[in-house]
Amino acid sequence: MTNITDAPQPAPILEVRGLSVGFAPGKNVLHDVSFDVRPGETLALVGESGSGKTLSCRAVLKLLPKAAQIRSGSILYRDATGEIEPLTLSPRALRAFRGDKVSMIFQQPMHAFSMMHTAGDQVGEVLRLHSDLSAREIKDTVLRTFETVGFTDPERVYGAYPFELSGGMRQRAMIAMATIGKPRLIIADEPTTALDVTTQAMVLGLLKKLQSETGAALILVTHDLGVVANMADQVAVMKKGRVVESGRADLILGSPWHSYTKRLIAAAPEIPTDPPVAAPETQPGPLLEMTNVSRSFVLRSKLPWSRPQTFAAVSDFNLTVPRGATVAIAGESGSGKTTCARIALGALPPDPGGSVIYRPRNAEPIAVHELTPQTRTAFQRQAQMVFQDPYSTLNPRMRIREALCEPMEIHGIGTPAERLARAEEVLGWVGLSGDMLGRYPHAFSGGQRQRLSIARALMIGPEFLVCDEPTSALDVSVQAQVLDLLAELQEKLGLSYLFISHDLAVIAQIADEVAVMRQGVIVEQGPPAMLFNNPQHPYTRALIAAQPEPDVQRPIDLAAVARGAGDPAEWPAAYRLTDNALPPLRAVEGPHRVRAHA
Amino acid sequence: MIRLDDGRYVAPEDDRPEEFATLADTPEARLSLHRLTLRRFARHRLAMISAIFLLTCYLLLPLVGFIAPYGPNTRNAEHIFAPPQLIHIFHDGGLNAPFVYPISGEANLAEYRWDYTADTDAPQSLRWFCPGDPYKLAGLIPSQTHLFCAPDDTTVFLWGSDRLGRDVFSRILYGAQLSLTVGLVGIAISMGLGIFFGAIAGYFGGGLDYAIQRLIEILRSIPELPLWLALSAAVPSHWGPVSVFFAISIILGLLDWPGLARAVRAKFFSLREEDFVQAAEMMGAKPSRIIRRHLLPNFRSHLIASAALSIPSMILGETALSFLGLGLRAPAVSWGVMLNDAQHLSSIEIYPWTALPMLPIIIVVLAFSFMGDGLRDALDPSET
Repeated sequence: MTNITDAPQPAPILEVRGLSVGFAPGKNVLHDVSFDVRPGETLALVGESGSGKTLSCRAVLKLLPKAAQIRSGSILYRDATGEIEPLTLSPRALRAFRGDKVSMIFQQPMHAFSMMHTAGDQVGEVLRLHSDLSAREIKDTVLRTFETVGFTDPERVYGAYPFELSGGMRQRAMIAMATIGKPRLIIADEPTTALDVTTQAMVLGLLKKLQSETGAALILVTHDLGVVANMADQVAVMKKGRVVESGRADLILGSPWHSYTKRLIAAAPEIPTDPPVAAPETQPGPLLEMTNVSRSFVLRSKLPWSRPQTFAAVSDFNLTVPRGATVAIAGESGSGKTTCARIALGALPPDPGGSVIYRPRNAEPIAVHELTPQTRTAFQRQAQMVFQDPYSTLNPRMRIREALCEPMEIHGIGTPAERLARAEEVLGWVGLSGDMLGRYPHAFSGGQRQRLSIARALMIGPEFLVCDEPTSALDVSVQAQVLDLLAELQEKLGLSYLFISHDLAVIAQIADEVAVMRQGVIVEQGPPAMLFNNPQHPYTRALIAAQPEPDVQRPIDLAAVARGAGDPAEWPAAYRLTDNALPPLRAVEGPHRVRAHA
Repeated sequence: MIRLDDGRYVAPEDDRPEEFATLADTPEARLSLHRLTLRRFARHRLAMISAIFLLTCYLLLPLVGFIAPYGPNTRNAEHIFAPPQLIHIFHDGGLNAPFVYPISGEANLAEYRWDYTADTDAPQSLRWFCPGDPYKLAGLIPSQTHLFCAPDDTTVFLWGSDRLGRDVFSRILYGAQLSLTVGLVGIAISMGLGIFFGAIAGYFGGGLDYAIQRLIEILRSIPELPLWLALSAAVPSHWGPVSVFFAISIILGLLDWPGLARAVRAKFFSLREEDFVQAAEMMGAKPSRIIRRHLLPNFRSHLIASAALSIPSMILGETALSFLGLGLRAPAVSWGVMLNDAQHLSSIEIYPWTALPMLPIIIVVLAFSFMGDGLRDALDPSET
């Protein structure tokens, strides 16, 4: 390790020393947590869910759940005007401290605003509480702040209600709210986790810009090492309520010392800069062919007498899933990827003209776009789905045994004893043991539930699985395990996957072919090696550029993000999508195709 | 913490094995949510006491004939509007078997009321396990044995007697049989209807939902009390008390289901979106199976809580109808029928014990409310 002479550093603005917190009768959930934040610097608190990172930063504002008790430790806030110990403040002094000296950015921008008040009103509230400005001055300040957080039309946002703003705009408004009182310390609790990756990139860029302008210190709570690499000066890695490693970001990410840090960094998926080109395989036959699939929905019109509008969720969608392969659909929220999955599973019929043909190994092809009751049953035995949310995918009132045996019961397969034997076998496949059959879902962790969900899908022996963001709700280390499991099962059972995800790094790891979607159309399609090595479409480039990498040397390229992530009507002329002109998919090189005008 | 040369602080490695494999091995892992809920409920003291009290009440219902010293309609012409008598055990400084002082009444013609005086010189011991008015245990086994009876030539009116000289205590016990069960029958009917309509509206949505919603709105727009009155008035007056009892329960049940149906519908709408319901659909489960196996079990506990909270309104409904003379009729005994006798202010003023049936109504309604609240809290997932 390199020897660094300690440069004279400014006194920390916040010192947390030996903080231990526990819940009423229980053991400590935070053990002896210490960290410092220096003015103008960013400290990242990193850890998986349940590691206590949120609790530690909320303790700074004494925003703890009722049952939480601070068992020992101290917190000291220090600025030019003096020193404050938030843990000892009276409720009144605490209110003055919050928002004025320290402010907070919450994870869920949806829930952090009241729907009954305009954005301007809520952002200005900080000033009404903590300053003696007049209403006029407050409005001016709010508008100025809106401008600095990147709203092009601050007046409109000022009068807008939170539900009229998109997720990214809401998070900007949240940042405006957190910075308007010119706090010296901002605590951001997973500020970008709920956002799309391009929006995340821009919000992170904004936070960084504001921080360099105001010189405020920032505590960033996150589970994403890529975000850490882009933002943090200092890092504290937390595990089960303890800080296991803390220090300079480049050191921790570059040469992790603690085994847990090493594991975290190893588990973080990356888009390979130079992915190995897969050896050309013998072409297996197609399993599922989606041709000319479009799907539009009729929107209820605003006025009862005006004509209903149609909204095209998916248009001109062609995709083939080869037998035994993984095809991934990548896209951000609203890109139409889930609609495609539902069409592929026959849960939603495509508009007339589209066809979805499923070719089972030993039977007649099934027309999924026009299922009859008989073919539907046959198709359901072939195609199953794995859902996103591990907490909602299992019925909390059913034992694992019942949940696993249910598909066989529905299809009338086997005797109860055979079903049970099958359930034990499949549980073994997903790495769980048969003695868990008598338990209820609440006894399992998120990753285990996702394994159970996969096991349930496999019970009736399907060949085709649609995985709708199966890992996006999981911690990175668990995500890696589930992805490995999926790959292992594919090899063992010859499964084919249609894999839906917003995370290009996950897709790069698992897919044989990728289709990038935006606004209901595939903008670029090809094997990951070609797509990630030589992205053509500005939107694909933006997605790749926006992906935060856990490497301090590879910061997010905000310019590339800005070029591709905007409105498809403002893309460069060759790629522009307008209402009446949909450019065709053109071959770039072999199977790699991009949607562009000639 | 160890300080490294480069300024980093690190915690020593812990060698403990990874814990995620053992996560499911807590003692709670094998418990169903029901058992966990029961556990949380048991921590709710007031609700637990209420539940035990109500359980005792219902278990005692078949035995009221044995506990009550008199029959429900046994008249004591000599003791009209007798005040409550105390059971004593001390007489002249000595400890005795439980006894009462005989009372004798005379008409006070100046104030036009009955005055009773107790003869404190002649204590009369209660008789135990004695023959008395005939009754049927649990409505089936004929018997004459009572837990205790009045001494041979006097009376034991624990809570006084009414205008016909009937024992208020015995009548309250007998009244409980009808008053407490009218709620159960009514709630069974209203739950059946509510679950059925709410489930199909919530699961299928669309036009069916629309039709059911409008039906509910129409039912709710009808003023409740006049409708009750009209329906009760339609019950033929020559029907026996049991038929009238069922007619009243059915009327109460028929009018009570819309609230429950709405709750079921709203819950179904949100449950429908859960992934496990979609998973079942993808597996090919039929709607009836999804409703039975996936939706209702997740809703069962809410149903129990809401039933517990709506039984009081049934009991109060019966009381109100009977009080107005349109519900149960004599010779049937219910708390409402008894209160019907207490309609005159003058009689309450002079003989306040005739209004005593209000007490069990208040206590039972409160107990149901406390228990329902406790259930609801215990079921609240945010508490887990």
